[in-house]
Amino acid sequence: MSVVVAVVLLGCAALGTVVVLVRDPLRQAMVASGYGAALVAVFVVLRAPDVALSAIVVVGAASPLLTLLALSRISLDAGDEDDAADDEAVG
Amino acid sequence: MRLTVFAVAGASLAVLLGYAVFGLPPFGTFHGPYTDYLLAHAVGQRHGTNVVAAVTFDYRGFDTMGEEFILFSAVSGVALLLRASRDSEYERPVDAQPVESLTAVGLLASPVFVVVGLWLVAHGPVTPGGGFQGGVVLAAGALLIYIAGQYRGFRTATDEAVLDAAESVGAGGFIVVGLVGMGLGAAFLHNFLPYGRIGHIDSSGATAVINAAVGLEVAAAFVLLVTEFTEEVTSARAHRKLRDDADREGA
Repeated sequence: MSVVVAVVLLGCAALGTVVVLVRDPLRQAMVASGYGAALVAVFVVLRAPDVALSAIVVVGAASPLLTLLALSRISLDAGDEDDAADDEAVG
Repeated sequence: MRLTVFAVAGASLAVLLGYAVFGLPPFGTFHGPYTDYLLAHAVGQRHGTNVVAAVTFDYRGFDTMGEEFILFSAVSGVALLLRASRDSEYERPVDAQPVESLTAVGLLASPVFVVVGLWLVAHGPVTPGGGFQGGVVLAAGALLIYIAGQYRGFRTATDEAVLDAAESVGAGGFIVVGLVGMGLGAAFLHNFLPYGRIGHIDSSGATAVINAAVGLEVAAAFVLLVTEFTEEVTSARAHRKLRDDADREGA
């Protein structure tokens, strides 16, 4: 049992480090979702099915989706600035 | 310099943390007075076989009410901020032709998620799950329609007026259950419904009502959150398109 606990905890630590090392927010959203899956494994191993159930949906769907939507909105604004720069260059 | 500081601090933290972890009692062997009491008496007192639900919705029901209102105020805040900064009038985009396999999988999975979510909410007091867990699964069922590429279908299924009402009824329902207990002369959130046979979904009295209210609130809150975000993106995109079109005509 304690071997399994050690494995899932180390998996969590490894994936957490990967999340920090990935610098592109778009990829980070996906990798963070994988890190969440490792967290779900920890909850299952520690016999907390209630927490695991909510974690699956929150890290698997809700949080990456919200991150992607926020990134999409930000990139629209960034696109506006590019346009403004283009306009000035043309003008 | 920064790396040196990090190396020293990180190594110290790792050593101390490792020392602390190895000093922990093994998982599953903790014996606190509260744990022992609940494990011995919770099922007999509350008739719910999921002791976690008995704790969150009954023994510590007041804490859970606070938690629920954290979610409620956070999502209401997002809705207030984003709705205020958004023009209400814009043309809703036509769905781009999505990948067919993605649409099929999404639309097939959506009702499955809804059924599983309802099941988790209904059986909260009996088996692992409950209002929070079932609520997020229900919300995921609705979000799958959006992920399947059916934005218009998603917005039709999740009418904002219905979501607002559902969120408020869910959050308010918790308080109403608490007040009914008080009105009958007991403490706030005191159970006022008869307990049923242990192991049945109607066994745990008012806990089941609170559990259902939380399920409604959580499902509505999550869908509302994503709805506000998607509206923000699509309205910004629509405005941008309008402006680009105007520019093109001008040129």
